[in-house]
Amino acid sequence: MNATVIIALIRKEFLLELRRKSVIAGLGLYLFSLIFICYLTFSLKANSITPATWSALFWLTMLFSVVNSVAKSFIGEKRGVFIYLYTIASPQQIIVAKILYNTLLCWLITLAGYLLFSVFIFNPVQDNLVFFGALFLASIGFSTTLSLISGIASKANNSNVLMAVLSFPVVISVLLMAIRATKNSLDGLDRSASTDELLNLLAINCIAGALGYILFPYIWRS
Amino acid sequence: MKSWLKILGIVLLLYVHTAGLLMDVPRLAILNETVRALYFHVPMWFGMVLLYMLSVYYSIHYLRKPNPDTDSKSVAYAHVGTAFGILGIITGMLWANYTWGSPWHGDPKQNGAAIALLVYLAYFVLRGSLENEEQRARLSAVYNIFAFAAMIPLIFIIPRLTDSMHPGSGGNPGFNAYDLDSRMRLVFYPAVIGWFIIGLWIASLRIRIKRIEEKLDYNPS
Repeated sequence: MNATVIIALIRKEFLLELRRKSVIAGLGLYLFSLIFICYLTFSLKANSITPATWSALFWLTMLFSVVNSVAKSFIGEKRGVFIYLYTIASPQQIIVAKILYNTLLCWLITLAGYLLFSVFIFNPVQDNLVFFGALFLASIGFSTTLSLISGIASKANNSNVLMAVLSFPVVISVLLMAIRATKNSLDGLDRSASTDELLNLLAINCIAGALGYILFPYIWRS
Repeated sequence: MKSWLKILGIVLLLYVHTAGLLMDVPRLAILNETVRALYFHVPMWFGMVLLYMLSVYYSIHYLRKPNPDTDSKSVAYAHVGTAFGILGIITGMLWANYTWGSPWHGDPKQNGAAIALLVYLAYFVLRGSLENEEQRARLSAVYNIFAFAAMIPLIFIIPRLTDSMHPGSGGNPGFNAYDLDSRMRLVFYPAVIGWFIIGLWIASLRIRIKRIEEKLDYNPS
């Protein structure tokens, strides 16, 4: 484990991302269109959606944008890049760098999504601490699970379909916990009501992170 | 597989089917005679979880020491585990239809079980879409381990956090406090063991078929 290599890898991801502006623009537009569609289909009666619907809608939107953006962390990379990375870094360094970078990306996406949701639909959050805690932890959960699965899916031919099929059942536990904690924060329940969910999210993150770290070298080898 | 184990499995299941349907069961409100479904529904889940554990065990084994035989074992256990899971869902739906009023009740354990099945169906899709055999074995082993770890919170933790109509969660008494009295235990435990042995038997047959197929592939004459 060498921190400088990891930082260099993360920097490389950022530079690449910033250079290909169309990718970021596409991501932003994807998020915007999803939320706009939600707005168009739900806002006829502005206050008719309940907190439960809001949180489910919010997290589904986040799930789709996050899956799309994290999926490309291994899918669509050129073969030459893989071989180059293979020579300069150990698989552990690569997966840690990818997970950290994807976590940052997920935070950005969820925060932007929250902003757009509060502009277009409405902002029913009553307990900010629990809500942002759920946002923070669920983003880590998404990035750890999806990074590894993106690595698996990138080896197959129909990787985009496979990405969705493989990731949804695995991500569901993160999603359920996040939706439940969010709903509690929207209802303004006491904080102690959501600690269970947040701790569960943390535990799932630890399991997924540790497994990703151990298992990734086996994916990387080919 | 040893033949005494096979005979034991058959004898146990014959006993479970006769005793399970004929022996006295405790009279409980709502459940009434449907409590007999316990002998056929719950062992399916025990069998599924145990078979999936074996599948994960062989996946770990494969990653440590790659060998096509361990891979085919891991697939065979996953296949039989999925068959048990589907039977468990069907028997559960039948039971729920009579006690809860509808076959699919949105019960967290029911949903968790359905998701666990989705995980393994995705595992088979993954295997189907990889062509290189060595790569298929390796990647599906990784997914198997990862998905199993992600599935545990679904089946064992989430149902305990929320209200469930299954015993053992949401303030309902667990198995032991439940009226699983000694008479029912006499049938229930043999049922679990019997079904599990049958699962192992089916899996071992599948493994042997796979071995024969591989041998035939090597020398087709």
